[in-house]
Amino acid sequence: MEKATEIVSQIKGKKITAVEVLNRYLRTIKEKDGEIRAFLEVFSESAAAQARAVDEKAAAGLPLGRLAGVPVAIKDNMLYKGHKASCASKILENYISPYTATAVQNLIDADAVIIGRTNMDEFAMGSSTENSAFRPTRNPADTSRVPGGSSGGSAAAVAAGMCPLALGSDTGGSVRQPAAFCGTYGLKPTYGSVSRYGLVAFASSLDQIGVFANSIEDTELAFSVISSHDPKDATSVKYPENKIPGGVKGLRIGLPKEYAAGSGAMDAEVARLFGETVQKLKELGAVFAEISLPHTRYALPAYYIAASSEASSNLGRFDGIRYGLSAQGGTLADVYKKTRGQGFGPEVKRRIMLGTYSLSAGYYDAYYLKAQKTRTLIKRDFDEAFGEVDVIFTPTTPSPAFRFGEKVSDPVAMYLSDIFTIPCNLAGLCGLSIPAGKSGKGLPIGAQFLAKPFNEAVMFKLGEELAHAG
Amino acid sequence: MPEFEPVIGLEVHTQLKTETKMFCSCKTSASEAPANAFICPVCTGQPGALPTPNLRAVRLGAAAGLALGCEVSEVSVFARKNYFYPDNPKAYQISQFDKPLCENGAVELDLKDAAGGVRTKTVRVHRAHLEEDAGKSLHAIGSRQLDHTLVDFNRCGVPLLEIVSEPDLNSADEAYAYLMELKKLLQWVGVSNCDMEKGELRCDVNISLRPKGETKLGRKVEIKNLNSFKAVKDAITHEIGRQAAVLNGGGAVDQDTRLWNEKEQKTVSMRSKELAHDYRYFPEPDLSPLRISAAFKEELKKEIGELPKAKKDRFKAEYGLSSYDAGVVTGGKGLSAYFEACMSEVKRSGLAVPAKNVLNLIASEFLARLNGLKKDSVTLDPGDKELISPANLAKTAALTAAGKLSASAAKTVFAKSWETGKDPETLMGELGLAQVSDAGLIKDWAREAIAANPKAAEDFRNGNEKALGPLVGVIMKKSKGTANPAAANAAIKELLK
Repeated sequence: MEKATEIVSQIKGKKITAVEVLNRYLRTIKEKDGEIRAFLEVFSESAAAQARAVDEKAAAGLPLGRLAGVPVAIKDNMLYKGHKASCASKILENYISPYTATAVQNLIDADAVIIGRTNMDEFAMGSSTENSAFRPTRNPADTSRVPGGSSGGSAAAVAAGMCPLALGSDTGGSVRQPAAFCGTYGLKPTYGSVSRYGLVAFASSLDQIGVFANSIEDTELAFSVISSHDPKDATSVKYPENKIPGGVKGLRIGLPKEYAAGSGAMDAEVARLFGETVQKLKELGAVFAEISLPHTRYALPAYYIAASSEASSNLGRFDGIRYGLSAQGGTLADVYKKTRGQGFGPEVKRRIMLGTYSLSAGYYDAYYLKAQKTRTLIKRDFDEAFGEVDVIFTPTTPSPAFRFGEKVSDPVAMYLSDIFTIPCNLAGLCGLSIPAGKSGKGLPIGAQFLAKPFNEAVMFKLGEELAHAG
Repeated sequence: MPEFEPVIGLEVHTQLKTETKMFCSCKTSASEAPANAFICPVCTGQPGALPTPNLRAVRLGAAAGLALGCEVSEVSVFARKNYFYPDNPKAYQISQFDKPLCENGAVELDLKDAAGGVRTKTVRVHRAHLEEDAGKSLHAIGSRQLDHTLVDFNRCGVPLLEIVSEPDLNSADEAYAYLMELKKLLQWVGVSNCDMEKGELRCDVNISLRPKGETKLGRKVEIKNLNSFKAVKDAITHEIGRQAAVLNGGGAVDQDTRLWNEKEQKTVSMRSKELAHDYRYFPEPDLSPLRISAAFKEELKKEIGELPKAKKDRFKAEYGLSSYDAGVVTGGKGLSAYFEACMSEVKRSGLAVPAKNVLNLIASEFLARLNGLKKDSVTLDPGDKELISPANLAKTAALTAAGKLSASAAKTVFAKSWETGKDPETLMGELGLAQVSDAGLIKDWAREAIAANPKAAEDFRNGNEKALGPLVGVIMKKSKGTANPAAANAAIKELLK
C-alpha cells in the first residue's frame, strides 16, 4: 500500500505526475468499489483538474504543498463548493455545497486532490454504515461484514487502497471504530483543533473531523494539514505548543480497569491481541499502570442524551423550505411533516425524538442537564487519570467487525460497539486507533490511545515506535 | 364597581447599531435594499455553517445595560430557542436564556402628577439579553394576497437587545414615558437609533388589571404588533377599557396574545396555538460563554461618560437650572454637549451671563433652527460648522443679559450670526440694533409717538393701561427694535402723567 508521504516525495522529485497518481487510484476504485461501495460519488473531473494544476505548478518550478497530488476522499457530511454533500440522506440527496468546509479547503491549499465523497451512516448516526439511505458499504477485510461507522466509506476506501487518505468525522467513535474494523489508522483530534466550519453538524459539542490513513506518518501529515485555528468556528482554538516526548521509553501508560477483559463487554480475541500490543509497548520501555475511570458506565447514556439533544436542534434546518427535499403539503405543518417524514431514515428519526424529549420542558433537568453533569464527572475522571499517566491505552472496540444485519434490530447492541470510544468525545480528548493485528478469521482489531487535549504528539510517537518495531 | 389598577410590563426589542449581523459578516441592510441582498451560508442556515459572535454587538449590548443601570454579567451564555418557521432558517434562534448579558437595572421617569407638578417613578429592568432577528415573511405584496409566502432574510441575524421590564408600570402614560426614556438612554449611549417606524425598536406589552389595593396579579394579556409609540399608548388605553369591562361584567380575562388593529383601534385575539410552544432552550454548543472582564466594563463606563440623569443633576447644581430646564438640555447627548460648550465659552471669555439666558436662547431659537436643518439633539455635534458656534450663541446671550440687545433684536442678530458666522456684537453694530437706553433719545421718540396717536394717549390718560402698548409699539418701530422696552414704557408714562 502506497503512503501519502511517498507520493508527495515522488511528485516533488518529478518521478511521477499527480495525474498519473490520480489515474492509478481511479483505476483501483473502478476495480474494487463495485463490491466495496465506499464512494457515493467519485469527483473524476474536478480531481483531474486539480491534479493537472499540481503538475503545472511542478513544471513551472513553483513550490508544492505538503499534500501535493495526494488523492483524499472526504466523508459525505463535508461541504466542497459545487459538489454534492448529502450526509447519505434522502433529505439532502441533491444538495450542492455553496461553500467549502475549512478542513477541505486546508487540503486543497496543501495541493491535495479531492477524489470523491464517501458513504456514511445517515447524518453520522450509526456504527455500521448500514444507516446510509443509499446503500451499505462492505468491509474490505470481509465483505460479509460491516466496515463500522459512521465513517465506514472513508475507512473502507483507505483500507482497500482506493485512496491513501480520507477524512471522517468522529462524534462518539465514528473514525476510530471503523478504522479498527477495517484495519487502518484513525485519528480523532482534540475538540477545537480542526475547524467544524462546513462539517454538517450532528452533535456540535462532540463532532470533530478526523483522519484515516494506512501509516502513522500519513496520519500525522494529514492532521497537520487540516488542523488550523479558524475564525469561522468559534469553538476552534489556536493549537498550543506542547513538549514533544523524546520516545516511548519511560512513558507512563494507563490501562483503565473498567475497560478490561472480564468486565463482560470484551471479545476474547480482542483481549488477546490487545495484550500482545501492551507487551510490545513494554518492550519499548513504556511503564504500565492500572487506572480507574469510575464513571465510564454512565458514558453511553450520557452520550446518547447529549448527542441526540443537540442533533434534534441541529437537524431542524432540514425543513424543505430553502434547500434539500421539499414535499408538498396543504399547510405549513404538512410540508414539515411530509418533508421530514420522507427525508429522514429511522435511526435519525429515533434520535431526533429522543433529543426533543430530553430538551422538553419538565424533562430537561432529568435528562439533558443530568447528561451534562455526567459529562463533567467523566471529564474529571480523565483529568485525575492524566495526573498519573501520560496516555491511556484501550481496545478501540469490544469486538471485531460484525455481519450485516446483526445489530440493526437492536439499537442498544449497536450503540455498545462505541462503548470504548465515546468517553473520549465527552471529555474533549484526542484519540488514535491503530491496527493491532488480526483475529483468527482474519478480521482487523484496533487499539486506541487517548491523550490530554492537544497532546496528539504523544500518540503519534507511540504509533511510530510500534510501527517501526513491527 | 371596584376601581382597577393596570399592571403593565414591556418587552422591548431594539436593533443594535452595528455594520454587520450578530453572527456573520453580512451587512445589516437598510430596509430599502432588494430582498435577500445581504445573506450568506450562516444567516440562511446552510448545513455546516457556524455562528461567530459580533463583538461590536456585545459591546453595545453591555453599554445599553450600563445605561439602564443593569449589572453586566461576567459570564453570559447564548442559548438556542427552537421553533419551526420559514423565516427562522436554522429552526432555532440564537438568544440568551438563563444567563443574560444584563440584569437588575432601573430607569427613572419624570412624570407629571395630577396637580401639574413632577413626580419621579422608578421602573425596574428585569433583564436585557442579546439575540438575532428572524427574517421577514411576506404573505402579500401591497394589498394583493399571495397564494404562497415569500421570505426575505436580509433582516435575519441582525443583532437585537431584548429589554424586559418588571411589571412596574400602571398606566398608558407611564408606559409611554418609559419607552421615551428608554429611547433617550439607548440613543444617548449610541446603541440604537430606536426608530420604531423602521422596526429598530419593537415593543410587546404585558398587561393585567387588579382591584386597587390588591397585591395579587391578575391574568395577563400580551399585546403584539405595535408599530409606533402612539400605538403602544392607544393599545394600552383600549386594553385597560376592555379588561375593565370584562371584569365589571363579572367575567374573567383570558390569558391571551392579542394583536393591535391600528385601523379599528382595538386589540384582537390571535387565538393561536403558539401559547403551547415549548422552545426547548439549551446552551448554544457552537458558542463559548461570553466573558466580560471588570477592566472591559470600566473602559466601557469611561467611554459612555456621564449619563443623562447624572448630567441633569450636575446642571442643576452647577448652573442653577430648574429641573425642567436641566431636562430640556439633557434631552439628547449632542444638545447637552452643545450647552456645555456654550457655558465653557462663557467661563473662558469671562462673560457675565446667567445660564438661564443661554438656555432660553437654546430652547427657543436654537432648537427651532436645528429641526429646520433636519438635525437632532441626539447626534448634533457642537463643532458642526452648519450650526452657530457655541461662542457666538454665548455672546448673543451675553448681549441680552447686559441689556445691549432687546429680545427681538437678539433674534435677528442670532439668525445673522448663524448664517454668516460673524461676531454678534459686530453684527449688532452693523445692523444698528444696539439697544438704546439714552433717555433723551427715547423721550424724543415718545413725544413723536404721542403726537402721532392722540387717541391712544388720551385713553391712557383716562386710565386705560392697555393703550400703552400701541404707543410703545411706535417707539419700537421708529427705533427699529433697538429701544430699551422698559425705558420706552417709562418715557410714555412720564410724558402722559
